[in-house]
Amino acid sequence: MESMLHITTLHYLVLGAALFLLGVIGVLTRRNVVIVLMSIELILNAVNLNLVAFSRLWGGVHGQIFAIFVITDAAAEAAVGLGILIAFFRNKETVNIDEVHLLKW
Amino acid sequence: MAPVATPFFFYMLSGIMLIGGILVITRKNPVHSALALITVLLAQAAIYLMLYAPFVAGVQIILYAGGIMVLFLFVIMLVNIDRAAKERTFNSQWLVGSVAAIALGGLFVAVYIKGNNIFPEHALSVIENDNTQKVATMLYGQYMFAFEIASLLLLVAIIGAVVMAKKRI
Repeated sequence: MESMLHITTLHYLVLGAALFLLGVIGVLTRRNVVIVLMSIELILNAVNLNLVAFSRLWGGVHGQIFAIFVITDAAAEAAVGLGILIAFFRNKETVNIDEVHLLKW
Repeated sequence: MAPVATPFFFYMLSGIMLIGGILVITRKNPVHSALALITVLLAQAAIYLMLYAPFVAGVQIILYAGGIMVLFLFVIMLVNIDRAAKERTFNSQWLVGSVAAIALGGLFVAVYIKGNNIFPEHALSVIENDNTQKVATMLYGQYMFAFEIASLLLLVAIIGAVVMAKKRI
């Protein structure tokens, strides 16, 4: 009970791990490409949560700056990923990830 | 200002984030998933505030909830969701994917059990009022090169997105 009422860095890490796991499940099992990209955003957010929690633990702002860079990366990744999705939709008329098999053996 | 009722807010925001995350990966309609994801992002911004990172919280709201999610909603409107809504929700390898995800979860639990108390709590009582100034000084000082690389990355991403989405180049 004591550990429940005193929020430590570990609590934030557990929350981050749970979110990361939800994102991984989404990436691996969903078939709509848009939702796969959203799940990747969930994963990046889980990592950001860990970074900011460690930044609080060690008392600097290095973790927060890393989190800002991760957000920049997420913006770039979303823009390019959605561009690829639009190109794919134009060619195949679907957003089903099972149809993305051009490189399949 | 000292934090008030930290456990209550932590568990409430955690609950919102986890329920929102589950909704993101289970809803059939991508628009519902996007709305759930916006809820998750806003709750996470509140958690950043609890961690004394107000600048990151602001960036989270403006860039993630305001920018990236609008991009997602635009693309959802562009692609045809009527047909996708009638099809199955999960892909053809969902069983393998679920097993792999459960294995990863087991790994997390093992790390949690084995590595308990690996992160000691520092006696961190100084509550900073100059968080944004510190971030700016660091970003334009020590991390100047990384900052420039990030701007280059955004330029490449803009060009890449236009090239990908354009019909004829």
